[in-house]
Amino acid sequence: MNPTLNAWIDGIGFLAPGLPDWPTASAVLRGEQALIAAPSLLPAPAILPPAERRRASRVVKLTLAIGLEAAVHAAADVATLTTVFAASGADGHNCHALCEQLATDDRQISPTRFHNSVHNAAAGYWGIATHAMAPCQVICAYDASFGAGLLDALGQLLVDGQPVLLIAYDSEYPAPLHAKRDTPDCGGVALLLSPQQSERSLSRITVSPTDEPAEHLADAALESLRTSIPALRSLPMLQALARGEGGRVCLDYLAPMQLAVEVQPC
Amino acid sequence: MTPLLLSSFTATTALGCGLAATRAALANGSSGLQPCRFESVDLPTWIGEVPGVDAQVLPPALAAYDCRNNRLTQMGLEADGFADQVRAAVARYGPARVGVFLGTSTAGILQTELAYRRRDPDSGALPDDFIYRTTHNSFSLAEFTRDYFGLSGMAMAISTACSSSAKVFAAAARQLALGSIDAAVVGGVDSLCLTTLYGFASLQLTSTQACRPYDAGRDGISIGEAAAFALLERAEQAQRGDILLLGTGESSDAYHMSSPHPEGLGARLAMEAALRSAGLSGDEIDYINLHGTATPANDAAEGKAVAALFGRRVPGSSTKGATGHTLGAAGAVESVICALAIGDNLLPGSPGTENLDPAIAIDYLLQARPGKVRHALSNSFGFGGSNCSLIFGAAA
Repeated sequence: MNPTLNAWIDGIGFLAPGLPDWPTASAVLRGEQALIAAPSLLPAPAILPPAERRRASRVVKLTLAIGLEAAVHAAADVATLTTVFAASGADGHNCHALCEQLATDDRQISPTRFHNSVHNAAAGYWGIATHAMAPCQVICAYDASFGAGLLDALGQLLVDGQPVLLIAYDSEYPAPLHAKRDTPDCGGVALLLSPQQSERSLSRITVSPTDEPAEHLADAALESLRTSIPALRSLPMLQALARGEGGRVCLDYLAPMQLAVEVQPC
Repeated sequence: MTPLLLSSFTATTALGCGLAATRAALANGSSGLQPCRFESVDLPTWIGEVPGVDAQVLPPALAAYDCRNNRLTQMGLEADGFADQVRAAVARYGPARVGVFLGTSTAGILQTELAYRRRDPDSGALPDDFIYRTTHNSFSLAEFTRDYFGLSGMAMAISTACSSSAKVFAAAARQLALGSIDAAVVGGVDSLCLTTLYGFASLQLTSTQACRPYDAGRDGISIGEAAAFALLERAEQAQRGDILLLGTGESSDAYHMSSPHPEGLGARLAMEAALRSAGLSGDEIDYINLHGTATPANDAAEGKAVAALFGRRVPGSSTKGATGHTLGAAGAVESVICALAIGDNLLPGSPGTENLDPAIAIDYLLQARPGKVRHALSNSFGFGGSNCSLIFGAAA
């Protein structure tokens, strides 16, 4: 038995190198403007108190930016939302600093560095910033993290009958870890998924397993983002959403299992 | 939720490898904690180390996964014939229909810590033999397990610090409910590393002696390592006495990165959600395996939440004085302990705890005692304010 996993997308948040938000990304995905290579711009999170805002790490800025963009797009109340975070790794800069210090004779690491080392650090700050006490999931599946996050987000949405905010994101490691894991920059996508259609709904998606190869993007720069930042394995689906096109796209998940997504604009 | 069958389960902790050692220790109240002599760690603390982990040899085809965390994963999978039960499920349902949902907090980061001591003196590069994906990455234990059984379907790691391997039960239950899989390997693996030992010490959360959960003089955790697993399937074929997962509840504190909500508000929400999910009232719970890390703040907050929901009516204990706090593996370890409590009708005690904190108004068990356990609740709470409660019972 293969179930029908379906949901409505009510809001989208996006951030990637050269693509600071969803309106820019969707214009590029529609072919209306070119992707101009630039480092990812991570806005200072206005939702955090000033002291926390200054200390916020890159992954915290990234997840707050895309998560809030999707919630605003859908006019959803972040304080009530169930969330699913999916990331291929934790905060790479923090991890490097810890490993570097633990390799010296002075192993007295900073307590803040330690609590920021957990894979769910960005999710923890999201809770503190939004006051959301709803369930919060944090997943890792290496390059397959977007697909894993989407599957659990759909699971929660269908079993509990509540909207779910999926926040899929990745960040870079500095040297020397960068040579072992070469994610180039911060990037991510947030989807506000709803179990019912509303006037806010942009599109319906239906997800099923397949063994077909994933769609590639015709634009080489976009295709490079798709393959180098795991959360952006979602780009073929986002391109269909940006264009308001219906149809079936296939996304990379975890070989040999792939995800086919039927997109039906509302 | 629709109850699910734990068709096989196993735990490997400082108490020993597999259920027999775990069962014996729970019955006689012994502890696996010892003063820390792990690697080159120089800290005045106690730990729950699993003996023999580094003697494990991974299959040659999976050599890229070799690290302490995956050695412990393999050791845990092969205990109690668990791996054979998984292979039988794969034969029954097919390799695409058995999912993998494993929790961890640090996976194989020890491998990276060790590699950082062997950087090239000129370039700073990490050694060629260090492989990030299959050792350090949080998914490595789940990908190893998927490859170990030749699976081809859904897999994910859940990493919400110390609630990780409780939340895997909820995630797998959702996919079983939707029919996207027919069975799930759920569990958790976390192994000793410098990041957690020095990290918890930096927060002044490690005790200089064996941890004493719910004791008036408790002063911190003892870090442990563990691998614990369960095979979840639909319960249509369950036999009388089989262990069932009856309910799951998840919540967030939305309060602080490394301190629990002082009133235990998030903890209470998770327990209430688990009771709702199981369709049970608080009076139908016969034993609570508490998160009980033995930090002053955790036990005070959890105690308030348990007192508010259950008063002194339901006996409970933390088993971390026996196993240590196994972090991302704790949820799975303590789920297995709940399954043993139900199967053996034995309520575990709390090795190390002597003088109960009089400020915590719950029925806390110092010693193991026999008693009918129809339903057991397990609490797991983590950094970032991530909470998960699970309820187990027996098939009628």
